[in-house]
Amino acid sequence: MGRAWKFGDNVSTDLIAPGRYYHLRSNLPELAKHVLEDARADFAAGVKAGDFVVGGRNFGKGSSREHAPVIIKLPGTRAVLAKSFARIFYRNCINIGLPAVVVDTDRIDEGDDLDINLEAGVVTDRTKGIELAFPPLPSVMARILEEGGLVEYIKNHGDLVLAGP
Amino acid sequence: MPGQTLVEKILSRASGRDVRAGDIAIAQVDLAYVQDGTGPLTFRQMEKMGLVKAANPTRSVVFIDHSAPPPRKELATDHVYLREFAARTGMVVSDVGEGVCHQVAFEKFVRPWDVAIGADSHTVMGGAMGAFATGMGSTDVAVALALGKTWLRVPETMKFEVGGRFAKGVFAKDLILRVLGDIKTDGATYMAMEWGGPAIAAMPMTERMVLSNMAIEAGGKCGPQPSDQETKRYLREHGREAEWKELRPDPDAGFEDEHPYDVSSLEPMVARPPQEDNVVPVTDPSVKGLRIHQVYLGSCTNARYEDIRVFCEYMKGEKVAKGTRLIVVPASKESYVRSMKEGLLEILLDAGATINPPGCGACPGVHLGIPGDGENVLSTTNRNYVGRMGNPAAFTYLASPATAAATAMHGVIADPREVG
Repeated sequence: MGRAWKFGDNVSTDLIAPGRYYHLRSNLPELAKHVLEDARADFAAGVKAGDFVVGGRNFGKGSSREHAPVIIKLPGTRAVLAKSFARIFYRNCINIGLPAVVVDTDRIDEGDDLDINLEAGVVTDRTKGIELAFPPLPSVMARILEEGGLVEYIKNHGDLVLAGP
Repeated sequence: MPGQTLVEKILSRASGRDVRAGDIAIAQVDLAYVQDGTGPLTFRQMEKMGLVKAANPTRSVVFIDHSAPPPRKELATDHVYLREFAARTGMVVSDVGEGVCHQVAFEKFVRPWDVAIGADSHTVMGGAMGAFATGMGSTDVAVALALGKTWLRVPETMKFEVGGRFAKGVFAKDLILRVLGDIKTDGATYMAMEWGGPAIAAMPMTERMVLSNMAIEAGGKCGPQPSDQETKRYLREHGREAEWKELRPDPDAGFEDEHPYDVSSLEPMVARPPQEDNVVPVTDPSVKGLRIHQVYLGSCTNARYEDIRVFCEYMKGEKVAKGTRLIVVPASKESYVRSMKEGLLEILLDAGATINPPGCGACPGVHLGIPGDGENVLSTTNRNYVGRMGNPAAFTYLASPATAAATAMHGVIADPREVG
């Protein structure tokens, strides 16, 4: 369980990992102190393990910087929920083992108490007493996420394998 | 079976089977690259995977461009790591001063029919060469470098069929800004933006590159274009004619949807902050006459020799307005040297420009032209998000090099059709 931190539409990777902190990219704990600070200044200091980042449309638009999902995940963020995601950001989340879930976030408010069941495909908003269903990930991404990300996946299989056990 | 789109053709070749939109393919990667902002994480991921190797070293490139030369010790130390890793694996290094990764990749490495994967979102510019070129994150590129392959979902294709002739003062940048205004920043998410039609066929390569470059600004996965005689000419100009191969879509290719444009009536366009789809014609009262503190001619989008030449044609003999700074950052050493040989740098310096070394400079907000609080920037770059140029309290307006020149001489956003 964790708290919902609400963000709007079109949150760019420049808002998540601002260019003025470029020099901190090889020091991720320091970079994480600035995560999303241009979108809302209270997030980096307030986020706790198990919390949820809740966006609107086109979350993570812009650059390919994988540091963006990495520093969202670093404080223990459980998942990123949004109405839609930009392509590279979405794939990056899965590759680093951070669930990125497409769900109707209009029904979630700031501060709501949330839980997620990835296997069942359900986000539960305990504050509102509602369940929000989401479609399963494409199978290749589901496997990468289940194994903890693409690094673990490659260590397990030694290769990219799309089918089989 | 209907015919194939450009991206279906390339990914069929690269995956060794006939693939269509929606299929999942494992494609062989013909070119993989990183830059200095994404490369250190890529290489650390390769170390974690136990794969400190390059499947194709001569087609694996490390570009040092985003903080080149480095403004801070942390970034200089990242460069040390990148060079050491490249030496261990045999990868090619494009070092400080060579230019922006996508521009140098286009000049030297990207070929028609290639699958090109870069750890930078504007890798899509390679689409103008007739390649499948897309940006990915560090871990995906780590796999592409080490194993020489990647997994892809074959994208649906939006077809942009472009006709007409550009009026004076109107360029490819104005077309792509207009398209972004129409389809918005997520209008092509997960999809290929394929370009074709008589106006594309008549367009020089350096203008086609602008269209493919900004496919990502609509969320596009790639921006493929045919490989034709102009592609061949460009390759010949770069001593690579032998690498040319034709690429054309089948006449009965299956497109998700089609977007016809006639550029004859197109006006110079400006994208207002805070994003690329917030577009109006330069004549709009919300932008025309707006005070500009810094004009920035730079980036992989619009800082080639040809862009600098257009800028100088408008600027020649004029001075940058008092109270406005002009920062010029050639996209590559090739563009820098050619601009120098043809006297363009002298025109710029006489006008009052500051010329920075080739690289990304202030476009991603690292250095060499970060605006101050409350300042307005008119930029030929590709993004105008809050904080993009390094200061969340500044404002970036995107436009063509011609509009940038008109703006520089007036100190306010100005219509290039009214000067020169």
